[in-house]
Amino acid sequence: MSSMALKLLKPFGLVEKLNLAALIKALVVPMTGILIFLFIWNIGARNIHTSLGEFPGPAQVYEQSKNLLAEHNRERQKEAAFYQRQDDRNAKKLAKNPDAEIKFRAYTGKATFIDQIGTSLVTVLAGFFAASLIAIPAGIVIGLNKTLYSAFNPVIQLFKPVSPLAWLPLVTMVVSALYVSDDPMFAKSFVTSLITVSLCCLWPTLLNTAVGVSSISADLNNVSKVLRLSWLTHVIKIVIPSAIPMIFTGLRLSLGIAWMVLIAAEMLAQNPGLGKFVWDEFQNGSSNSLGRIMVAVIVIGLIGFMLDRIMLMLQKKVSWDKTQELR
Amino acid sequence: MTAKTHLELTGVDIDFPTPSGPFKALSNVNLKIERGEFVSLIGHSGCGKSTVLNIVAGLYQATKGGVLLDGKEVNEPGPERAVVFQNHSLLPWLTAYENVELAVKQVFKNSKSKAEMKEWIEHNLQLVHMDHAMHKRPDEISGGMKQRVGIARALAMEPTVMLMDEPFGALDALTRAHLQDSLMEIQADLNNTVIMITHDVDEAVLLSDRIVMMTNGPAATVGEILEVNLERPRHRLELADDAQYNHYRAAVLSFLYEKQRQPGEEVKVSALSEKKTESDKQAQNLHDTEQSSAEQNSEEAA
Repeated sequence: MSSMALKLLKPFGLVEKLNLAALIKALVVPMTGILIFLFIWNIGARNIHTSLGEFPGPAQVYEQSKNLLAEHNRERQKEAAFYQRQDDRNAKKLAKNPDAEIKFRAYTGKATFIDQIGTSLVTVLAGFFAASLIAIPAGIVIGLNKTLYSAFNPVIQLFKPVSPLAWLPLVTMVVSALYVSDDPMFAKSFVTSLITVSLCCLWPTLLNTAVGVSSISADLNNVSKVLRLSWLTHVIKIVIPSAIPMIFTGLRLSLGIAWMVLIAAEMLAQNPGLGKFVWDEFQNGSSNSLGRIMVAVIVIGLIGFMLDRIMLMLQKKVSWDKTQELR
Repeated sequence: MTAKTHLELTGVDIDFPTPSGPFKALSNVNLKIERGEFVSLIGHSGCGKSTVLNIVAGLYQATKGGVLLDGKEVNEPGPERAVVFQNHSLLPWLTAYENVELAVKQVFKNSKSKAEMKEWIEHNLQLVHMDHAMHKRPDEISGGMKQRVGIARALAMEPTVMLMDEPFGALDALTRAHLQDSLMEIQADLNNTVIMITHDVDEAVLLSDRIVMMTNGPAATVGEILEVNLERPRHRLELADDAQYNHYRAAVLSFLYEKQRQPGEEVKVSALSEKKTESDKQAQNLHDTEQSSAEQNSEEAA
């Protein structure tokens, strides 16, 4: 096992840095954990019988993930073929009569699993950015002013624990009522998901920013006063850098929440995305459904993990305190 | 009165609000300081030394009385009264150079070109012997070096008065001695007006033109003022055996430990004769420290 791993790692130049003990710690131990999990999953799955058949084990899930990918490729081929036919038709028409009116129609095939992943990712990032754009400046202002902090803290504490499912009907109605346009830039479902996600993931960033800003050392504030820094310079040069670690702690929590909230919101509201995929498969109720849902569960987990790693990388990049261990 | 006093504190009182009513920290503090003078404030902890300094800095407002600097009332902080803080207060995310740059950009944004600013920043870092590490961040340099950068930042503001709040209090004895020497060198060059808080009797006598001794709080005020007429440049090695130097030390010690004795210190200084020998011993210790510091090159010299 470890010799194979060594061979695998050689091209990356990692072997020289890692001794055997470190290698075991870094690779073998997590691998063992995953293997044990797969084993227990396999045994457990065989013993659970549902109305849709046996609970999917690792093998079925692997099979279904291949199927989903194949479906996606077939759908793409269909789409290409559709456009090809349309273009041919239009070309023929124009050949007969150069003034003929030709039509372009968009392909309206069913969204595949991969498409739904894309939709969910775009929605979660948009919602997260919208929330951060509000939460960081608001957190800075609230953190700098004790009176504002005391005024808004009860409101923040009240809304922080609210589940997305409670917001969703309200948001749907409000979006339907207010977002009226003949040629909307975004789909209503996208706006609804985005606002629900933003409302739920606003709070950790807001609170952490406020706390980070309000706990700037008195000495640094005095430096700023002695230098007579303007309010803006004070915020840019002193407040934001010193609150950066806390702001990022908040952002990471927010992104995690945003991802969890999005799946639930999509499921309930039938908005496009991974949540809808899961719900559709559940309603579909074929013998493959549970396996396909399990693929979605694993993909949701992987994406959530990747998003967090990306935030961690950003955090390490902007953090000035290199002695602090980030994980 | 012919010439106006440079810096003048008149009848300064300050009350801090507490849940059980106002707490009078200072009462009727009067002090006049001439241009280019080096004044130390000394007193037991909690006597309000830092409060006096913060009032001059403009970080606190006096409840009664006030501060005049060149005839103008002080009522807010400003770079003409630069402060060197006890724990350096450098911005940890900026290098030494950038920390000084922040101050220089703020003070000289209209009067110096970019190249002039760069030169001025480097010049000030050279003054405190930090030019070799100016692109290092605070967490990469030692405590003494951080304090040097703090001093460079204050000097770079070209202050009318430099305020130093126990600048060397958190440093070890050897590093402190090096920084005191550096400060004396700079002071000989620039002849700034300096107010320095200290709790170190030797530091006060070595550096100051005058030592302002404060009574114990609450309602602390100026107890005695001691003129130190030792010739400059001063060398700590020579002064260790100097009769006049020891006389000044004894005067400050006697103020602190006899006249302003704090409860709980009775045992330590019960009789004058005992104290005399003790102060001799301290002088001897200082002498020894100096010799060893001259022998070993400390980290600061590198």
